[in-house]
Amino acid sequence: MQAMLMIWSEEAAWNAMPPAAQAEAMGAYRAYAEALREAGAMVGGERLLPSASAATVTLRDGAPQVLDGPYAETREQLGGYFLIEVPDMEAAIRWAARCPGAAHGRIEVRQVWQMPVAA
Amino acid sequence: MNAQAAAERAARQSYGRLLAWLAARGGDLAAAEDALADAFAAALVHWPAAGVPDRPEAWLLTTARRRLLDQHRRRATARAAAPDLLHQASLPPDPPAAFPDHRLALLLACADPAVDPALRAPLMLQAVLGLDAARIGSAFLVAPAAMGQRLVRAKRRLREAGARFALPEPEHVADRLPDVLAAIYAAYAAGAADGGDAGALAEEAEWLARLLAGLAPLQPEALGLAALLLHLQARRAAGRDAAGGYVPLSAQDPRRWDGARQHEAESLLARAARLGAPGRYQWEAAIASAHAARARLGHTPWGEILLIYNALLAATGSPVVAVNRAVALAEVQGAAAGLAALRRAGRDARLAGYQPYWAALAALADRAGEAEAALQARRRAAGLATDPAVRAFLLRPDAGVSR
Repeated sequence: MQAMLMIWSEEAAWNAMPPAAQAEAMGAYRAYAEALREAGAMVGGERLLPSASAATVTLRDGAPQVLDGPYAETREQLGGYFLIEVPDMEAAIRWAARCPGAAHGRIEVRQVWQMPVAA
Repeated sequence: MNAQAAAERAARQSYGRLLAWLAARGGDLAAAEDALADAFAAALVHWPAAGVPDRPEAWLLTTARRRLLDQHRRRATARAAAPDLLHQASLPPDPPAAFPDHRLALLLACADPAVDPALRAPLMLQAVLGLDAARIGSAFLVAPAAMGQRLVRAKRRLREAGARFALPEPEHVADRLPDVLAAIYAAYAAGAADGGDAGALAEEAEWLARLLAGLAPLQPEALGLAALLLHLQARRAAGRDAAGGYVPLSAQDPRRWDGARQHEAESLLARAARLGAPGRYQWEAAIASAHAARARLGHTPWGEILLIYNALLAATGSPVVAVNRAVALAEVQGAAAGLAALRRAGRDARLAGYQPYWAALAALADRAGEAEAALQARRRAAGLATDPAVRAFLLRPDAGVSR
């Protein structure tokens, strides 16, 4: 199965970190991604630009509406994701626990929906 | 003491004892749990108004038994099953002031062959300590809802299998004990995953092991497991510095080890030895005891530790033991010999995701002068670490230099 690990964290807390601590965190993510790759579990993963650069698009009465920023103003923002291939949900949770972001933010684990195979 | 605190204390101290008694009488773990939960809820309603009874345990037991009887009557009426009522009617009307401790039977039943080995420890933690599925799920890295469902299914399987919650004959206790020990050890390992000792579950596992040693004082391996977990717990606080940083065993200050726990462990291990039947938990406890001897000797008796690991590896063939033995070998015969043994152990595919293996490989490769291999292994170990302190330790630029 595939699972998406979504990294929710406080952008303000990241921005407030001294450069050395940021470099350390980046090193931790590199090591984590490498371990995922070595385990053959990595499908993909990216860090996202800050949410201030985001645009939210909706279609209302057939007319597009474009807003600045993320849809909801929550304390934590989606900062990046890993898409992984694992045997089951438990393995996905094990990898989520190893994700450096788990220590300062939250990792949401969602199984990827599988297209039902026509009988 | 107010009613809330009295109920909480009763829960902590007597939950397992009460549940074991109820299950032994009714033979249905889930029903006994429901009845006991009702009794605790009733206590929280009645005690604040009427005062805490003289014997809270007896009050809870009487109330829970009444609920259990009601449940049985309802079910028996629905199914018109007379045997249930007859069975219940044959029970003594009131619990004796001091009721026998059936917790050993409860632990043995949780390790019943009908229960998936991976669920035995969670089931014990719920039945004996009353932990909820969310807490157990977190420790075993399973979503709470999934863990809850599995526990419910495990209890149903136990009922269908007709599991006995009454104490079996001594020879049957010995047969089933290894599964109970393995489950408690698994609970400890889940709590202390990746060597970080972050999980409070380690404490609960230590408590269970101590309880089991008290309930089965003539079973050497039960004493051995308790000794082992006490030794490991004794070092737990010393595994962190003032800033919360990770401190490996070799760098720990022996003065920060918990002497009282170590003393208790030594006395359990000595009692086990007198029973004259060595086993893996006693050996592992003996290794932990040798590490503890550094406080006295000023150095770690690695030769002794290596000998015990040799015996343990021969007996278990465990890849994890092979990793630890290689580390001891490096101390006795040098880094190159240790590294070669570690790489042989690493052919076992089960170690690919085992963080301590990569950490050991990094340390030994570094000492053998293989800087590039050491760096790679260290990053792999860091990527597999769950504990942020361990990860930070491994990613420190000078991690290879100071061990």
